[in-house]
Amino acid sequence: MDNGYAIETRGLNLWYGDFQALFDVDLGVKKGIITSMIGPSGCGKTTLLRTCNRINERLGYVRTTGNVFVLGHDIFADDVEIVQVRKEVGMVFQRPNPLPISIRDNVLFGFRLHEARMRKVPAGEEAAVLESALRQVLLWDAVKDRLDQPATGLSLEEQQKLCIARLLPVKPEVLLMDEPCSALDPAGTEAVEEMIWQLRGDYTILIVTHNMAQARRASDECVFMLLGKIIEHGRTEEVFLNPLNSETADYIEGRYG
Amino acid sequence: MFAATSLNRRSYRNQAVAKAVFGLMTVALVIPVLVILGALIVRGGPAISWEFLFTPPVNGMTEGGILPALIGTIWLVVVALIASVPIGIAAALYLSEYAPDNFLTRTINLAIINLAGVPSIVHALFGVGAFVLFFRFGTSILAASLTLAVMTLPVVIVATRESLQAVPQAFREACWNMGATRWQTIRKVVLPNSVSGILTGVILEVSRAAGETAPIMFTGAAAYLMFLPQSVFDQTMAMSLHLYVIATQQPSVPEEIPYGVALVLISIVLLMNAISIAFRVYLRGLKKW
Repeated sequence: MDNGYAIETRGLNLWYGDFQALFDVDLGVKKGIITSMIGPSGCGKTTLLRTCNRINERLGYVRTTGNVFVLGHDIFADDVEIVQVRKEVGMVFQRPNPLPISIRDNVLFGFRLHEARMRKVPAGEEAAVLESALRQVLLWDAVKDRLDQPATGLSLEEQQKLCIARLLPVKPEVLLMDEPCSALDPAGTEAVEEMIWQLRGDYTILIVTHNMAQARRASDECVFMLLGKIIEHGRTEEVFLNPLNSETADYIEGRYG
Repeated sequence: MFAATSLNRRSYRNQAVAKAVFGLMTVALVIPVLVILGALIVRGGPAISWEFLFTPPVNGMTEGGILPALIGTIWLVVVALIASVPIGIAAALYLSEYAPDNFLTRTINLAIINLAGVPSIVHALFGVGAFVLFFRFGTSILAASLTLAVMTLPVVIVATRESLQAVPQAFREACWNMGATRWQTIRKVVLPNSVSGILTGVILEVSRAAGETAPIMFTGAAAYLMFLPQSVFDQTMAMSLHLYVIATQQPSVPEEIPYGVALVLISIVLLMNAISIAFRVYLRGLKKW
């Protein structure tokens, strides 16, 4: 089933205990482009994002109904292995969370976990994987001489790039980003945005942001959420210039949020 | 207009009194430790010599050294560690990394806390019933060490669990997101970053086990033996029991010998604690977050 969507939700409802956080969410995220999700705090953007790689259910009191399809496959089906889902759907958090090991080990962590245990990795392949991942996030030149230093010594911007780089060696299709720039200064934000734009096309990117300017300049499509519902979803310039819905317009103009 | 009012002055006076009282209490805490150490060094110091450490007691324990007790304590502690450390760390890993927060987990936690509060003489009787009689280990190093292990398990579990919890949750999330299982996460990230705290717990257990008397008195330690233990099924002498015996049961022991034994025992414990602190400082220096 290939309908051009990397992620598709149908009638998705989600409860944290008694509190319903998502209401009948139907969303199609198209392959290969950047889709941003905006909306006021508590509107369910992050919840929706976290549902797409099933990281929410670690909290025991989360209950969902409806379906989430990733690359056409229902990730809540009985025969789904959660590790396989997370390989395809990588996630980047608000605060960069590099592991307290070297830059090299961070980038190769997932690769060693998945690839190196299935087959004999030829000499030199690790180095190639490492360089390719770091080049894709525009970090190679900055760190190539200190690959064995601890990743926690990098600047926040570099750490966030590293956190994206380490997802790439296991070849995910989808990258989920939960406000990836909110811990960064303006220069860092610009650099990370530029890098995300570079990844466009190779990966499907779904990015949650509080920053409307960021959504506007760095995404192809934009989803506006309010109180657990999707209010509007369209091409970013359309959503910003000609919102169909008055709530969207009010939010974009900064009347609430 | 900014001059102090009488109300200000009264507040300052109360503040000064409070500070003085709390400070004195803190100093009072240290006094017993210093007095004990001082007394032991002054009175037991003259007894300490290489000969004291490395020869057996002679002449009804009124002369000679403490070698069998020293060796026996090492036996007891080492066997207790072998028994309790793997169990304690495994239990702490389960409770911290796997167990859901439910009624059963909370009950287990409560049980561990209560286990830590059980008087040592009760552990001793449990040891007699379980290890000496039921498992037929007899009065032996094995039975005594297992009793010590049960008694010190909560120390290991609590210390390990606390150091596991100190590993930032973000590290775990990072691993899970790359598709690591919980065990892979534990092995590659959680354990390497909590090993200093775990070691502290283990060393704390050593110092606790080395000093206990009641749990070993009925289960494997003897007042006086002619021979050194050859295996875990032998009885043994032990520092703490030896001290008890020569201080209370044996007349005409020269005064400096019990003080000397006490000094050696407390030195072992303090040395262990010092190693633990040094190790923790060293490992903390390696951490980079």
